[in-house]
Amino acid sequence: MKENFTNEMKIEFISKSSNEAFARIAVAAFASQLDPTIEELADIKTAVSEAVTNCIIHGYDKKQGIVKIVSKLKENEILIEISDKGKGIKNIEEAKEPLYTTKPNLERSGMGFTIMESFMDKMEIESIVGLGTKITMSKTIKPKLENEDEDFKMILKD
Amino acid sequence: MESKFYDEDKLIIFKITDEIDDHSVQMIRRKIDYEIQRYMPKKIVFDFNNVSFMDSAGIGLIIGRYKLAKILGAKLELSNLTGSVKKIFEMSGVLRLIPVTEN
Repeated sequence: MKENFTNEMKIEFISKSSNEAFARIAVAAFASQLDPTIEELADIKTAVSEAVTNCIIHGYDKKQGIVKIVSKLKENEILIEISDKGKGIKNIEEAKEPLYTTKPNLERSGMGFTIMESFMDKMEIESIVGLGTKITMSKTIKPKLENEDEDFKMILKD
Repeated sequence: MESKFYDEDKLIIFKITDEIDDHSVQMIRRKIDYEIQRYMPKKIVFDFNNVSFMDSAGIGLIIGRYKLAKILGAKLELSNLTGSVKKIFEMSGVLRLIPVTEN
């Protein structure tokens, strides 16, 4: 997997729910190098928040463990891998179903994977029961119109 | 989060000012349920104007309050849904159950 990435970062943190905000803000700050729109950035933050929450409440399920995030930039694309060494997912297809949740008593909506899939361009789940789960997501940040800067200059002139 | 109860209309308005995720939602839920049980309102409004971030924890929060309101015979309303908050609620289907108002 030797690809030409222009930048790369890794973070690891313990599976505390207070780290959910830290994780999505860290990835958003890294992604901002691609000059995303506010909406694109919100999509990335939401997808990261869902994946990290899954690691914490399903992967480790109250036990303490390490959540790892690797993010890479390539041209105008961001790749994000979020993994845990938790209990794994028995049936991935079932877990992906909208509204499917193993924790309805915690008011979980079962929309996590649906949100990740629709807010990112690609989303893949690899999981081995007893060993852990890795989510790989990517999103292409649309290039801004070139004449946008020119328009802006015109506005400043006026 | 701020809340205000209007006795004459039996209306309670919750102005949510936090980011809503699996961590913060626990405290938000406790506060909301406490106020609802204290005032027993007939109408409950959630104002999302100052919510800068929400993930699927927000869907669970609203569906849970919808069920509670139903038991208590109260009506629920969502107001000022912006950007990604709106997108997430639309995706979840809760907007088919709960009316949305602006302001």
